[in-house]
Amino acid sequence: MSKRRNLPVLNTENAPTQPARQTGEFHPGLQLTADHDLCPGCGEPIALRILLECIESLGLAERSIGVIGIGCYTALTSMIDVDLIQALHGRAPSVATGAKRMRPENLLFTLQGDGDMVNEGLQEVLHTAARGENVTCILLNNGVFGETGGHMTATTVLGQRTKNTIDGRDADYHGHPILIADLIAQLGGTGYAARGSVHDAPSIQRTRNLVLRAFENQMRGDGFSFVEILTMCPTGWFIPTPEGPDYLNEVLAPVHKLGELKSGGVHAPTESES
Amino acid sequence: MSRDLMEGSEAIARAAIDADCRFFSGYPMTPFTELLENFAKSLPARGGVCINAESEIEAIGMAWGAAATGARAATGSTGQGLALMQESLSEISRAEVPLVIFNMARGQGDYYQATRGGGHGDYRLLVLAPTDVEEAVYLTQLAFHLADHWRHPVLVYGDYLLAHTRQAVEITPTDFGERPDKSWAVDGSLGGTGRSRNVNSIGMQKGTKGIDPEAFWDRLQKKTERIEAAEVRFEEENCEDAEIVIVAFGTLARFARYVVRELRAEGVRVGLFRPISLWPFPSEALDRATSNARRVAVLEQNAGQMIDDVRLSILGRVPIVSIGGISTDAAGFGIGPLLDAEVIRARVENVFQEGAS
Repeated sequence: MSKRRNLPVLNTENAPTQPARQTGEFHPGLQLTADHDLCPGCGEPIALRILLECIESLGLAERSIGVIGIGCYTALTSMIDVDLIQALHGRAPSVATGAKRMRPENLLFTLQGDGDMVNEGLQEVLHTAARGENVTCILLNNGVFGETGGHMTATTVLGQRTKNTIDGRDADYHGHPILIADLIAQLGGTGYAARGSVHDAPSIQRTRNLVLRAFENQMRGDGFSFVEILTMCPTGWFIPTPEGPDYLNEVLAPVHKLGELKSGGVHAPTESES
Repeated sequence: MSRDLMEGSEAIARAAIDADCRFFSGYPMTPFTELLENFAKSLPARGGVCINAESEIEAIGMAWGAAATGARAATGSTGQGLALMQESLSEISRAEVPLVIFNMARGQGDYYQATRGGGHGDYRLLVLAPTDVEEAVYLTQLAFHLADHWRHPVLVYGDYLLAHTRQAVEITPTDFGERPDKSWAVDGSLGGTGRSRNVNSIGMQKGTKGIDPEAFWDRLQKKTERIEAAEVRFEEENCEDAEIVIVAFGTLARFARYVVRELRAEGVRVGLFRPISLWPFPSEALDRATSNARRVAVLEQNAGQMIDDVRLSILGRVPIVSIGGISTDAAGFGIGPLLDAEVIRARVENVFQEGAS
C-alpha cells in the first residue's frame, strides 16, 4: 500500500500517457511480458503463472503444447511462450486428444474456464477423462461467465448473484451447480483429480503442487489428469477488488471443496470402486 | 500392377492411408459407417490412430488437434453429422489447418452445405466430388495434397453408392511432388524461445496484444481468390456441338454419362458437363461448354441447389431447366428412383421435345 501512496497526483488538465494499472518487471520465463489485459483482482494471471512455472520446473518447456478455450484467459495467449492451439468454446479436450495421440512424447494441457468446460463442453471433458487420455485439463473456475460480464455458469453456487440470477441462484429455478472435479474423480480413466485455489499465498503454493502432480501423472502415462483452480473474479461478482479472495474463500470454496480427489494414477481405485 | 475388387469405403480408406493419413476420427452413421470401419481396421496396423469419437463434434475436434501437429488427418460423416461439425470447419478454415473431411452423403442434398461454407462467417471449403470409386481414390489423395498445399480444409463429397459400390481399382500412391513445409505446426519445440506458435483462427500473434483484423481478413480473402483461380476441376464430354448440355456431379453424373453415350450413338446431340470441384465451381468452363447449346439441363438429386451455380455461370444466356429432384428410398439413404438410366433418359428426351415446340 505504501507504494500506492507515493504515486504522483494526476494532473487532470492533461490526458494520462501511462496505463492506469501498475505492473512490475517480474514475469515467469515462459511468459513474454509482465503486463496483461485482464481486470485488477483477477485470479487467472496467478493461475497462468503457476502453470508456466510448473512446466519450466519440470523441464518441459520445449515439449509442451497448450490447447486454449474461449474466455477472459484467451487474452493471455499472446504472452504465453509455449506452442498453442486455440480451440473453440468447449472443445479443447478433443483437440488435445488428437494432438496427444500424434505426439505422445509431448506434455498436452488444456486451459478452460467453467463456462467453456462445464457448460459448453461438459461432454468433451468427461469422455476425455473416461478414455483415460494422457492429457491434463486445467479448469479456471470463478463460477461466472467473466467475459460477458458476470452471468451464471454450471458451477455458480446456490445463492450466488449473477446478472441472470439477480436474486441469487435458486435451486428450484436455476438448478444445482456441477462439482466437476468430484465428477471426474469418479471416472475410470482418471489418474489424478484435484481442486486448488489462488486466493492467498498458501493456497497458491498448494495449487502449484497439484499442477506438478497432474503433469507428472501425464508424463508417467498414468491416465487423465485434472486440476480445477478457483479464481477470483471481482468484476463478475460485483464486489470491490480487495474483497475477491475472501469472497472466493467464503462463497465458492465451501461448495467446490479444495483438495486432492484422486491420485495414484489410472489404476488406483476410485471411491465408487473401492 | 494389380487391380483389386473392393468397396468404395475400403478403397478410400486405403488411398488415404497411402497418402500418409495418420489420424482418423468418426462417429458411425450410414452410409459413412463403413469408411470409419475401414480406417479402424487398417490405420492402427499402419502406425496411425483411429478413434471412435463420442460425437461428430468431438470427431472433428480430435482431427483438428492431430492436424495442428502437422500430421495428415481426416474425419467425416454424412451431411447430418457434418451439420454438427460446421462450427469447427469454419474455424479450421480460418486457422488454416489442413484437414480432409469425407461426406458420405445421403444423396446430393448437402450441395449447399458443402459449397456455401456451411457454418458461420466467411469461408468456403475446397470440395471434390468423385463420380466413381476409381476417381475417389485419386481425389482422396489429391485432397490431402491440396489441404497441405493451401493449408485449408478439403471436403470429399461421396454418397451411398460411392461408399458401397464394389469396383476393380488399383491403389497406387500419386506423387504430388515435395510435401509443403509445416514449420507452422505445433510440436512444442519452440517453447521458451520467444518464437512459440499459436495455431488460431483470429489472427493472434505471440508477443503482440490484440489483433489486426484488416490484415488478417485481407490475407485470407486473397488466399481464397488464389484457390478459386487455381483449383477448378471438371470433365466435359460431347459438349462442343451439343444442343442440350446436361450438368451433373458425383454418382448422378455417372448415370448421365451412360445416357449421353447411348443417345449420341443414336445421333442425338447431347453433351455432359461434370464439375469435379464443386468449389471452386467451374463457371468459366461451363460458360464455354454451353456456348452452342439451346438448353442446359441440370441433373441433381435435390430440390435444386447446384442450379444456382449453373445460373451464375451462364447468366441468362441460355435457358436452364432442372431435370433432377429429391429422390430417395424409405430409409433416407438417397437411393431413389432417379438413379436409373431409363428415368434420366426420358427426362433428357423431354427437354429436347420442349425445346423443339
